[in-house]
Amino acid sequence: MEFIAAYLPSAMMNDQTISQLPLALPEIVMLCMASIVLIVDLFLNDKTRGGTYILSQFTLLALVVITVMSFTQQKSIAFHGTFVRDGMGDLLKIFVYIVTFTVFLYSKSYLKARDMFKGEYYVLGLFAVLGMMVMISAQSFLTIYLGLELLSLCMYALVALQRDSIIASESAMKYFVLGAIASGMLLYGMSMIYGATGSLELATINAEVMKNTDNIVLIFGLVFVLVGVAFKLGAVPFHMWLPDVYQGSPTAVAIFIGSAPKIAAFAMTMRLLVDGLHGLHVQWQDMLIIMAVASLAIGNIVAIAQTNIKRMLAYSTISHVGFIMLGIMTAEKGGYTASMFYTIVYTLMALGAFGMIMYMSRMGFESDKLDDFRGLNQRSPWFAFIMLIFMFSMAGVPPFVGFWAKLSILKAVVAVDMTWLAVTAVVFSIIGAFYYLRIIKLMYFDTPQETSAIEGASDLRVMLSLNGIAILGLGLYPELIMGLVISVM
Amino acid sequence: MFETWPLLSLVIWTPIVGGMLVLATGGDKNASEARVLALLVAIITFALSIPLYTEFNTAKGSMQFIEHAEWMSLGDLRLYYHLGVDGISMPLIVLTTFITVIVVIAGWEVIKYKAAQYMAAFLIMEGLMVGVFSALDAALFYVFWEALLIPMFLVIGVWGGPNRVYATIKFFLYTFLGSVFMLVAFIYMANKTGNFEILQLHSLKLTMQEQMFIFVAFLLAFAVKVPMWPVHTWLPDAHVEAPTGGSVVLAAIMLKLGAYGFLRFSLPITPDASQELAWLMITLSLIAVVYIGFVALVQQDMKKLIAYSSISHMGFVTLGFFIVWAIYDKTTENTEMIITGINGGVVQMISHGFISGAMFLVVGVMYDRIHSRQIADYGGVANTMPTFAAFAVLFAMANAGLPGTSGFVGEFLVIMAAFKANPWFAFLAATTLIVGAAYTLWMVKRVFFGEVANDKVKALKDINSREFFFLSVLAVMVLFFGLYPAPLLEVMDESVENLVRHILQPKIPL
Repeated sequence: MEFIAAYLPSAMMNDQTISQLPLALPEIVMLCMASIVLIVDLFLNDKTRGGTYILSQFTLLALVVITVMSFTQQKSIAFHGTFVRDGMGDLLKIFVYIVTFTVFLYSKSYLKARDMFKGEYYVLGLFAVLGMMVMISAQSFLTIYLGLELLSLCMYALVALQRDSIIASESAMKYFVLGAIASGMLLYGMSMIYGATGSLELATINAEVMKNTDNIVLIFGLVFVLVGVAFKLGAVPFHMWLPDVYQGSPTAVAIFIGSAPKIAAFAMTMRLLVDGLHGLHVQWQDMLIIMAVASLAIGNIVAIAQTNIKRMLAYSTISHVGFIMLGIMTAEKGGYTASMFYTIVYTLMALGAFGMIMYMSRMGFESDKLDDFRGLNQRSPWFAFIMLIFMFSMAGVPPFVGFWAKLSILKAVVAVDMTWLAVTAVVFSIIGAFYYLRIIKLMYFDTPQETSAIEGASDLRVMLSLNGIAILGLGLYPELIMGLVISVM
Repeated sequence: MFETWPLLSLVIWTPIVGGMLVLATGGDKNASEARVLALLVAIITFALSIPLYTEFNTAKGSMQFIEHAEWMSLGDLRLYYHLGVDGISMPLIVLTTFITVIVVIAGWEVIKYKAAQYMAAFLIMEGLMVGVFSALDAALFYVFWEALLIPMFLVIGVWGGPNRVYATIKFFLYTFLGSVFMLVAFIYMANKTGNFEILQLHSLKLTMQEQMFIFVAFLLAFAVKVPMWPVHTWLPDAHVEAPTGGSVVLAAIMLKLGAYGFLRFSLPITPDASQELAWLMITLSLIAVVYIGFVALVQQDMKKLIAYSSISHMGFVTLGFFIVWAIYDKTTENTEMIITGINGGVVQMISHGFISGAMFLVVGVMYDRIHSRQIADYGGVANTMPTFAAFAVLFAMANAGLPGTSGFVGEFLVIMAAFKANPWFAFLAATTLIVGAAYTLWMVKRVFFGEVANDKVKALKDINSREFFFLSVLAVMVLFFGLYPAPLLEVMDESVENLVRHILQPKIPL
């Protein structure tokens, strides 16, 4: 009964809690703004819908400013140990805003062309961002779960946004059912750990775990928690939803699912495994190794067989998750830093790749087949070059930033004397290089099926170019992000 | 006047930035501007690389023209922008800038589709190759090394022959496969030293087991690039499908990257493992020299023939490098013959750069006219193209290693050193003088001499002034280094001695 009392509203609203409110300023602003957007949108019609879009983008930009202004390296725990504000969280949140901003920008013309330019997309998107922020700042099992469910529910609804599309409804259903099972697993694992340690707060749990690492209940709990985490990350063998959801959902939603939530999932993994269950790292290391290698293998090999580029990117995500897990697996600071760097870099690359699909699509044409990229170099040399940057970066070829992400993971893995694991990872990335090369082959070596000019909105073109140049520029000087990541870890 | 110039950076970045500018000229309607700009950039780069030779201090065996700056830190690893050349890498850099000028001229009218992209790819490649030769930080080296694959991948894939997609993907994946293991080896060592500085890796103590693993990782990377038997199969495919310029750069410079890697990394970083596995390297080299020579004999396709002959000639290079321990006699500590062997290998690299480049250009000149590389489609070309045939015969002689051409010098030095190591090595290596002459001259006979084979050959026009220019420049170089190799040997002598001193000291920690 004791913990329930701690979460009751009457108990929460004491002076201490109120004085801690500024720590959650970004979350509070986001909640208010999301609600405002929801209400404002009621008074807008299809002609003035741009207002919703501008307000949402303004919110995200304002949050970037707020978080940057109140950026703190110091770790402060608030609200009875349920909430944490630290440098890692702040940095990840800033990237969540930027990524979401880019997602909204990329998808605007796509949504317009499909009669999906509605307030729901933005409201659900903003609430999803709020969910991610809560996940990132969570310091207890309950907050983690709260954030995760807020994010997931918004995502399920977003996937089904195109109501009359059968394939979208199907993938929303799949996503929902599998996601619910994963949440159940996570909750079950959390309850076991609660049973073993008597607390929901990560710091207390960690202290308890340290005392007795052989507790079988704890290890069972860990397994279930890890299942939930692996599902959210999309690691093998809990990856089944990913290709179907990516392929089935509208590209404007797939780009969202494929980018920002990965940052939140990374944060959740860090909070759970490192802040909460570090005492069990010997156990979760082994599990992560198996899942990482399996993800690298399945992701890279199955991607070769795909003809739909969204599906191919889904499998490529799975393989990238393998790399991210390898970094966390090291259970060392160097590995966490590398994983965080990799996650951020990955989202930037995924943004670009999906952005390209939306750039090439138009009314009644999804451009999600590999063949749609045929001969792009003849139709638009500049954007073929941008896509080339994304593909080579994903394959881990220097001088693009994807290479440095892979390098730092490999470095962390070698540093803990697991050179064999690094060798395994590079072998699979060679296999992976093939399907990225195939896209480049289609764009550069083949002749286009159609020669009509590509009509992309100018803001999309500018942002996509910036995105590509960023991948190249960060490749020449990755310390811009790496330095930030190191400073907060 | 050049002391204060960051010459190496200029030679790296001028062509890369220039290549971007060429790209910016846009589509095919501005092709002539793109060509002129590309030529200008190539010539400027070549001019910038000349002081590297003239200002080079031949009495010093250590690195020169050093540029050293902080690049970044990745976690606790520090990366540096560290450039420098010694007598081994400097000639290769000048070769690179020289060949690029030739390639730009050779692709002048021939490339009509996306000329700007073609020229830009070669300029960017030039900068990256110079970067590989001058990087003194292993991470920087790796960045240049891998980035190089991208323009070459596109060059073969976009402007190549009918089977280009297969060839270029094979090329990319083969080389990528080799080099990622090298990356893991670099990371392994960098975790010990805290940075990627090559010169510090040279003095890093490593146990025999570590050295073995690292040596094998390096071997995978460099053997694919050289290429050594049995990982050579990508090369004939890539050569056959690549456009002429691609073949020239591939044969003249890219293959040298692998051999350079052996000298810069394998030998000095893992000398004990190199000694232990020298038998393997010598065997592979001799197989390349002899067996691949015979394979070249039966080729029907001229480019394939030259590709196989390249593999065979590169076998000499690796042979020259790895007979070190077979020659070395601990009692006398005489290193003269060792130096001769390595010198021979390096001279062979440079000379092969000129000769193989020239041979591919010769084939390219004919291909532009008749669009066939099959030997059977030609015959009696000398009757319709006499000037051209004179050049072709000269280069063929050089390819066969005729004394007086640069092809002879390197092979002679290596055979001499090999004789000291083991007369059998020398005997096997020397068979190439016969086999090489056989396949080259037989091709020349079938293509150039005899009766005019068909109407297409009858209609051939002799080379124009552009073609005359690049062939004659190459001919002069081939003859010059054949008759007077001293300038080349002088430059590298001190550096090779330095290297030999280093690799003869065991590195295993006591």
